[in-house]
This record gives sequence, structure tokens and C-alpha cells, in this order.
Amino acid sequence: MQHEVLVAGFGGQGVLLTGQLLAYGGLLENKEVTWFPSYGPEMRGGTANCIVIVSGKRIASPVVERPGAALVFNQPSLLKFEAKVKPGGLLLVNSALATQLPERKDLYTYLVPANEVAQSLGQILVANMVMLGAYLELTGAVTFSSVLKALEKTLSEQRRHLLSVNREAMEQGAQLVSQQARKYHTR
Amino acid sequence: MRTLMKGNEAIGEAAVRAGCRCFFGYPITPQNEIPEYLSGRLPEAGGVFLQAESEIAAINMVFGAAGAGARVMTSSSGPGISLKQEGISFLAGAELPCVIVNIMRGGPGLGSIQPGQADYFQATRGGGHGDYRTIVLAPCSVQEMVDFTYWAFELADRYRSPVLVLADGVLGQLMEPVTLPPELKPDNGNKPWATTGCRGRKRNVIKSLYLNPEELEAHNKKLQEKFGLMQREVNRAEKYRVEDAETVLVAFGISARISMAAVEAVREEGIKAGLLRPITLWPFPEGILQSSLPKAKKVLVVEMSAGQMVEDVKLTVSGKLPVYFYGRTGGLLPSAEEIQTQIKLLEVKVSERSLCQA
Amino acid sequence: MNAVFARPRAMTEQKTHYCPGCTHGIIHRMVAEVIDELGIREDTVGVAPVGCAVFLYNYLDIDMQESAHGRAPAVATGIKRVLPDRIVFTYQGDGDLASIGTAEIIHAAARGENITTVFVNNAIYGMTGGQMAPTTLPGQFTSTSKAGRNTQSAGFPIRVSEMLATLEGATYISRVSVHNPAHVIRAKKALLKAFTVQKQGLGFSMVEVLSTCPTNWGLKPTEALAWLEEKMIPYYPLDEVKNRLEV
Repeated sequence: MQHEVLVAGFGGQGVLLTGQLLAYGGLLENKEVTWFPSYGPEMRGGTANCIVIVSGKRIASPVVERPGAALVFNQPSLLKFEAKVKPGGLLLVNSALATQLPERKDLYTYLVPANEVAQSLGQILVANMVMLGAYLELTGAVTFSSVLKALEKTLSEQRRHLLSVNREAMEQGAQLVSQQARKYHTR
Repeated sequence: MRTLMKGNEAIGEAAVRAGCRCFFGYPITPQNEIPEYLSGRLPEAGGVFLQAESEIAAINMVFGAAGAGARVMTSSSGPGISLKQEGISFLAGAELPCVIVNIMRGGPGLGSIQPGQADYFQATRGGGHGDYRTIVLAPCSVQEMVDFTYWAFELADRYRSPVLVLADGVLGQLMEPVTLPPELKPDNGNKPWATTGCRGRKRNVIKSLYLNPEELEAHNKKLQEKFGLMQREVNRAEKYRVEDAETVLVAFGISARISMAAVEAVREEGIKAGLLRPITLWPFPEGILQSSLPKAKKVLVVEMSAGQMVEDVKLTVSGKLPVYFYGRTGGLLPSAEEIQTQIKLLEVKVSERSLCQA
Repeated sequence: MNAVFARPRAMTEQKTHYCPGCTHGIIHRMVAEVIDELGIREDTVGVAPVGCAVFLYNYLDIDMQESAHGRAPAVATGIKRVLPDRIVFTYQGDGDLASIGTAEIIHAAARGENITTVFVNNAIYGMTGGQMAPTTLPGQFTSTSKAGRNTQSAGFPIRVSEMLATLEGATYISRVSVHNPAHVIRAKKALLKAFTVQKQGLGFSMVEVLSTCPTNWGLKPTEALAWLEEKMIPYYPLDEVKNRLEV
């Protein structure tokens, strides 16, 4: 099984980090992984996206035109990337920032108010982890514990205490989508 | 133990592990992570990192350091590599070992900062003035960025020659798991020709000027013999499902990864396709390509250029099979779907002639 | 019997290829004498330029590298960074240093690169046959300024020493001449200071030596020495332009 996911949003939303944590989690599970970021003049303060692949075997191309899933963190990313997802694929939308509804009917679409959840946890910075938790709940690409292990390695000593709020964010994201169960794509 | 690394940073770490303690460079996208990484790592390892005033200065600092016996590297991308060509010609002429990394972007001119492969001619034909070649290694993964950088230093010292690592913007930015090689001591090797001060020996002179025509011809002859030796000794390519392939794709670097995905996809549909991925672009692995065509009826070359390596493929195939070409330019990547379409079009025999036969 | 004059140890026995009346030979010899006096012959690496002095490595009995045109300071930087305890110097003409190699010399000086540069300024391109140089004087005749250098179209000659002296990294910069024995003696002292600055690890040092090119100036050797004194020195004043540490 090869999981391909595009993560897109504003710079500063933790888009690239989200992808890296997923890739790192895969690495810790001894899987093959690739992480490829868009790079360009917009790298400061503009939009950011990356494509992550997690696979049980050698990954041919790290560049996929039509990923099986997309996590979109804001409205511009929804407009830009909704069309890219493979038919029958998965589209997770941060509905706190993407106010329009997705249009495609051939995708499994989930609305995740990630920013609101993060705010309720008192740490707006973990909105990305809400999205990642939702994605992992739906795909099982890697386990929560692998991602948290990866996160632990990237956090400095003084910031280790943030692990628990990140875990909470992932769990709430997971809970949100398990309740929704594929219903939005028919709306 | 595997660790997750970005291609550009992996090159930097591999250089340090290969015993390189000397880097001179100048900022240019999409290779900046190489100097950024080494600006921290090299001083930590007791080495030299210097950001030069230009690409020209950087390659000439490489010249000086190589002549002083150091394992030394520089890196850049298209426009900067063009500026380095004078220096590369001098390095080749003076027979100095060094490693030069080109993280290719779109051209010509300022082009773009998106990935490209259109520096193939420049890399494999010498690039600067005069009769010379440099070994060119083309990685297609972050692991190979590591392995080939490591290997490049060994080849450079073995042949006293500049060695190019030719990758592109995707591979530079890509993160993948890598296993890092053991760290060699910063041993600059046994280089009795180096200019280190003539203590206890006759003086050494490093030069490329021979005003006497007979002397220069003799020097050229010696260089050509060395290039011939490289052609016999340094040939590497990866074969992927070519044994029964009727359509053999030829692609290097990131194009080869994408082509591999296309081969896998059309195989699912029963089309017998395979892939030959040259790893040494110069010397071009002619023998390996020839042995990859036992059942081939046609060859399809895929590049991120308007068609450069395709010329070497045609020279190798030598008219025995039709050679087709598919390429994207401008910093765009060919998609696996596009390549599948090309393979399928070639299946329709009648339409073969109407395709752009390379 | 005491020897009062001998070939410096740092010079080879080879006869130079320079034209009659050219002062490169004197400057080569002074460099060799300084190397001998400092006892650094086996610890020195020289960098030859492109220009008349490209064959410097035939005349100095030391390790040497030949550099691309104008790039000698970059090459010397590469050597010095690898071998910080060796003495590294460049020997460059005015076309090499003040035209095609301006970026390299400015940045070597700005970095305070601990190397020494011997800058030979004869106000013309010698090896290529007498073309206008960045240092060619206003009104001076050359093969590419046949009516004399026109400052309206060709601009003005560069005073490299004064320019480099503005840089923090430059420790010692001096302009000397070799048009008569008294000045040769002064020039030698300047070279000794410059190499000493490097030996003590004090940063970038350069000696600009005003020199002749009788062949391309179209003058007899003796006339050339007079022309240097009368025409060049007024534009390029002889001075210890910078001595940051009072060496």
C-alpha cells in the first residue's frame, strides 16, 4: 500500500513540518518515505505545500501529479489543489479557514475545523496536528505513536512539554472524522 | 541506521564523511542548503568553509586548495556552473582533483529555479574550452546523493580530475531516508605533486600552459589516455525490467524515477516496458545500454530538456532501433501519466512515424 | 674572497624571457631575496598570473601554481586556507589585477586574507602586445588607444592601492618604483615588510611596483625609466599608502 498525500496551506501553518513528521514517522516504522516541498520565490510568507509518500516498498517517483489524498489548510489551497486529488481519493479541509465547501463529488471529503479545535486546546500552533490526526485515523499511513516519537526528536528540551497538547490535537482530529464517516462528499 | 535527510544536506554530510574539509561556494537556488549545511558542519570538523565573492572566485579557490592537496568541493546550479567553466577547464588541464555539484534548474539564461536537466551537454562534453572530459555522476535518490558524492571524491583522486555530481532541484529539495557511510579521516591522500612548499624535495609547479606545440600535444595525448581509461573503468547504470521489454525507456536522475513509475503502471496493463538508467553520464554506459535491449523494438528517451542525452542513446543504438524522445522544459517535470501515454502511443505501430522520432 | 653578489637561492638558473629594459627581472629578484632573507623558500607557495609574468614559475625555485587570468588572489586564498602556516603570494600585472581580476583582489583584501600580493603596474598590457590597460594614463598611446587614452570614452586609470587601502582587511599597502637604484632599495624594503606582515599573520598585504614596458611604450630602456618617473609617478604617487599596524 502506497500512501500519497499533499499538504498545503500558508507558510507558518506548519505545512512542511506536518509532512516531515509523517515522513519521519514512516521512517521509524521502517517504511520507505519521500517528502518533497514546493520551492520557489513564494517561500517566504506565501503558500507552502509538500507531497509525502509512505510505502511498504521502493518508491518509484517522489513526484505525483494526482495524490491519493490532500490536507488543505486554507481557502487558496483548496481552490488550487482540490482538482489534483485522484478520483476516489481523500480530501481533508481545515474548515476554520476554508469557508467554501469543496465542489468535487468523487472524493471522500471531510471538514475539520482544525483552528477551532487547536484554540480550544489553548495552542493555536497545533492546528496542523488536528489535520494530521484526522488523516492518520482515516488511512493508518503510520501510527500516532510514531508521529509523536518523531515530534519528540524535533522538539528541544524546553519544548518537550508541548508533546501532550500535540497528542491531544491529533486525537481530537481523529475523533472528528470518525464521527463524520464519509458523509460530506454526497452533500 | 537510516535517517531522514534533504538531498542537498545529504551531499554536504557525505562530503565531510568522504574526508573533504574544504568548501568554496556562492549562493544560488536550488542548491543553497549545501553551503548552508557546510557552513556549520565544516568548521565543527576543523575544516574550511568560505563563501566566495563569485562562482568564478569559488572555483579558483577550489583550484588553489586542490593544488595544495586538499579534498575540496564546490556546488552551484546552472548559471553559476556556467561561470565556473573556465576554472573547470583549468582544473582538467592542470589535472587537479575536486568535486563539483550541479543542482540543475531551468535554463537558458537566468531560466527558473525549478528543476531541469538541460545542463547534460555542458556536463558531459567538458563544458569549458579545450579537449577534456569530466566524470559525471547522476544520482536519482537522496541515498545516491550521499553514495555518489562519496564516490566522486574517490574517483577525483584516482584520476586526478574534476568529477561532477549532476542532480536537479527536486533531488536537492527531496527528503528521503539515507544510510550514511563511515566517516573517513580527513586524509588528503598521497599527493606528491601538490604545492605545499618544497621542503626536502624539488619544487612542484601546477600549470596548464604549454607554449611549445609538441609539448602541448603530448600533454593532450596523456589527458586523452586518461579519459580513455575512465571510459573503460567507470561505467554504471541501473537496469529495471529490461529483460523482456519491447519498449526500453532511457532516463537519468529524477526523470528516471518518474519513468520507473510509468513502467510499473503500463506493466500492470500488460505492456512490456523497461528502463535503463544511466548513472555515469560520462562515460556514457554504452555497453550496459546495448545489453539492455535483448527484446527491444524501440527506445524512448525521457529528459527534462529539449533532448540532449538522446544523442548519446542514438550513437549507442546506432540505427538498429528507432529512438524516440519525450521531454519537458521550463522547470516542469514529465508526469508518469504523460510518459505512459507516450509508451502507449508507441504501441500503436502505424502511428510511430507520425510521432516526433528523435 | 668574499662574494658580494650572487644569485639568490630562491631563483633558478634560467635566463628570463623579458624584453631588454623590462623591470620584471629586478622585481623577481627582489622577491627571491626577500624569500631567502626570511628563510621561507621551502614554506612558500607562489601564484603566477596570466600576462608577461606567467613564467614566474620558471624563475623562482619554489612551489608554484599558475592561475587563470585575474584569479590569482582566489587561487592563493584556496592554498592559504588549506595551508595556513605556509607563505602564499600572488604576482600580478595591472591587466590581471586591476581589470579582469578586480573582484578577486578586492575581496581577498576585504577578507583580510593573510596573503601577499606583488602588483606590477606598467600601465599597459605587455604580453598581448601593448593594449590599453585600466592603469594606462590619460593621453597615453597604446594599440587600442591609438590617439591616446581618451578619458571621455575610456574613463580614468585606477589607483588600486588607494582603493584597497579603504578596506578594513588590508593591513599593509605600499606603492614603490624601480626606476633607479635608490627606489629599488626602497621597493625591496616594502616587499620585506609585506611578507613579514603575512609571516606574523597580520592580514592582507600588497606592494604596487611601478614598472616599465619599453617595448610596448615604444621607448628605449633608459627613456622608459625617465617616462616612468616623469609621467607615472605624478599620477601614482609613491607612498606607504596604508600601514594599519605600523609594521
